[in-house]
Amino acid sequence: MLRISQTLVNQIVAHAVTDHPDEACGVIAGPTGSDEPQRFIPMLNAARSPTFYEFDSMDLLRLYRQMDAAGEEAIVIYHSHTATEARPSQTDIAYASEPNAHYVLVSTRPDQSEAPPLEFRSFRIVDGEVDEEQIEIIAP
Amino acid sequence: MSVQVEVPTVLRTFTAGERSIVGDGQDLQGLIADLETRYPGLSERILEDGKLRKFVNVYLNDEDVRFLDGLGTPLADADVVTILPAVAGG
Repeated sequence: MLRISQTLVNQIVAHAVTDHPDEACGVIAGPTGSDEPQRFIPMLNAARSPTFYEFDSMDLLRLYRQMDAAGEEAIVIYHSHTATEARPSQTDIAYASEPNAHYVLVSTRPDQSEAPPLEFRSFRIVDGEVDEEQIEIIAP
Repeated sequence: MSVQVEVPTVLRTFTAGERSIVGDGQDLQGLIADLETRYPGLSERILEDGKLRKFVNVYLNDEDVRFLDGLGTPLADADVVTILPAVAGG
């Protein structure tokens, strides 16, 4: 299960909407071993593509050093799909390399109905196996 | 050259959970070969067809080795090599 505040959910969605039609991506850091997402860290999509995302390699090094120094790890790794569902693609599964992270996907595809919010789902991806998980909103 | 190597979570299955290991090599290629002798299977996660894998980032101190000499990047005592899988997808 992913336990996350509404504020963080809103920040992820806003980032995805802003970067559309490119995929948006980023991390939510939290204290190592806590499984608590706390700090929203939007990242530049170095691929700047509607179908692919990648953290720039130096951004990635800085991010991991910063989290390390703060006793944090990546609790959530999020990205958006701009034309498809909020479900991990084969590419997402192939490249998922953080076994402890919650992989959050948002879809900014335009054919979703207006009233409900954008599709927002969370998954664990470990050794190529994908399991969708529930999301519990724990705070505003 | 005795070098410290920082191993990401996903590769710690090859190092019995150790996140920081020590290796020897004149250059990155030599270091990886040295690590493989003590941590079998590790090199295959970093190399493919003898080249650095596209979606594995390797850094020497503060620089991505792609911007140095790749596998031929020379190493010095007390260097720190960091391995981080790319964060990417589609």
